[in-house]
Amino acid sequence: MDTSRQQNMFRREYLGKGIATVCGLFLIVLTIAIGCFLLGKGSLTFTQFDHSITEFLFSSQWKPSDTEAGGGQVGALIFIVGSILTCALALLISVPFSLCTAIFMTKISPQLGEKIIRPAVEIFVGIPSVVYGWVGLVVLVPLIKTVFHVQHGQSVLAAAIVLAVMIYPTITSVSADAIRSVNSKYIEGAYGLGSTRWQMIYKVLLPAASTGILTAIVLGLARAFGEALAVSMVIGKMRAFPDSLLAPTNNLTSAIASDMGGAMDGGEFNAALWSMALLLFIISLVFILIIHALSGRKGAAA
Amino acid sequence: MNLKKIAAAGLSVVVLAGLAGCGGQDKAADKKAGSDLSGKVTASGSSALLPLAKDASAKFKAENPNVSMTLNAGGSGTGLKQVSEGSVDIGMSDVFAEEKLPAEKAKELVDHKVCVITMAPIVNKDVGATVKNLTKAQIQDIFTAKITNWKDVGGPDEPIVLVTRPSTSGTRALFTKYAMDGKEEASNKSLETDDSGTLIQSISQTKGAIGYVALSYLVNNSDVATVSIDGVEPTLENTYNGKYPVWGYEHMYTKGEAKGAVKAFLDYIVSDKYAGELEKQGYAVTSKMTVQR
Repeated sequence: MDTSRQQNMFRREYLGKGIATVCGLFLIVLTIAIGCFLLGKGSLTFTQFDHSITEFLFSSQWKPSDTEAGGGQVGALIFIVGSILTCALALLISVPFSLCTAIFMTKISPQLGEKIIRPAVEIFVGIPSVVYGWVGLVVLVPLIKTVFHVQHGQSVLAAAIVLAVMIYPTITSVSADAIRSVNSKYIEGAYGLGSTRWQMIYKVLLPAASTGILTAIVLGLARAFGEALAVSMVIGKMRAFPDSLLAPTNNLTSAIASDMGGAMDGGEFNAALWSMALLLFIISLVFILIIHALSGRKGAAA
Repeated sequence: MNLKKIAAAGLSVVVLAGLAGCGGQDKAADKKAGSDLSGKVTASGSSALLPLAKDASAKFKAENPNVSMTLNAGGSGTGLKQVSEGSVDIGMSDVFAEEKLPAEKAKELVDHKVCVITMAPIVNKDVGATVKNLTKAQIQDIFTAKITNWKDVGGPDEPIVLVTRPSTSGTRALFTKYAMDGKEEASNKSLETDDSGTLIQSISQTKGAIGYVALSYLVNNSDVATVSIDGVEPTLENTYNGKYPVWGYEHMYTKGEAKGAVKAFLDYIVSDKYAGELEKQGYAVTSKMTVQR
């Protein structure tokens, strides 16, 4: 009786451990598999269809042929510039708002922050991107049209605003956590030296939380880069460099989404789209590495 | 601990039930036997043809409950490639197989022209009030951005906004071939939309906008105005009598001659019984065409 119970315990102990280990390993294998798959598919443009990486990254001539023979042009510069431009603008709009919200909900009015703002921000995160895109298309695009007296509202500005709203909750909640975790000794020290609350916030709190805030910004940027649906609905998808904030352009994710259904499997067009997917994967990898480097620095400082 | 056991037991019951369900369904269907025909039909390809194929398959299955149908989009090229490799029974395509596949592979495929699709230029209503007709040359100049204001073609003094489809779209391929005579649209001057429904919406909301859609999207839609080409209205009659030029076949390709359930399904789509449905949805019936391509 006793031994069987012991055996049972033993099995239970190792069953849980086993499942956890398998799941953990599976995740690693899955990530590596996706990376390898993207690498395999995305490199075809350069191996099978003989395009140079320079052409892909720095040419704006985009005319891939939808056949297995190839022979088109695969310059993706317009899409790359479109992605960078909209994300940079989105950050520019979003970061000040996010930081202020984070400061307000943690230090200025923690009670209101905990009871109302935090749940509100969490709800924000849960809204599906198609809803943002739709609202953008129905509300924002016509608004830009009437406010700026242009013929159509689909533009870089519309895309940047939609993205800014989407990354706002991410940046807010992560930087609020960073601010909350600042050692209270620093804060008390600042007060002890006679600073006002605002002096404490911008001279002590923000510098102390800066690596956490940077992590928040990079996370927001990563989300903005990968967002396809909402942006593609409002960016206008014109294959040209934008000459103003009100001009339409295109970005990587929208370009993949609009042609992936039609481009023949195994053709040059398809390969070029996979290369763009690979590029997005590499970009997000770089962002993750930056976050790791940042949190490493934070760990060393503490 | 008990919870885990219960969960495991529950899970296995679900899995078993699922397996049993799969097996059971086939048997049940065998017994019902509304008709003797049975088998599996798989199809993939053109997203323009998919709604029609779905409608036809629903009605076909009502008569032949033993046939199971699996339909997928994926684009004309993918459909052609998959049928040529034998991974699906039917490859749906907006274009002839020769345009996508190497000649020796295209030769193995048998073409079934299930219907004819007509593409119409559409404009925002403020333009449609004055511009009812464009010549082919004017359309080409507009879409290549040589004409950029409606006043040059007898319309209001408004800049022209081009709204088009992605370069892999079958709709765009047909329009480029028969309305543009092969000339490429000015992609750097046009707003691109992923599907025809969205395209109609942006045209109806944007002053001075012009684009093109299949007639099937204009059934029961009065948000936009159609434009005649060289004085010929884009209608099914004008497609049948050959006066209106911008139309193309919707193809369902099989590898070798179709057999069994696949053949029955293809016969059903082109049957007189289904022809009325086709026209109701804005597609033209292949057998009524007085011109061929």
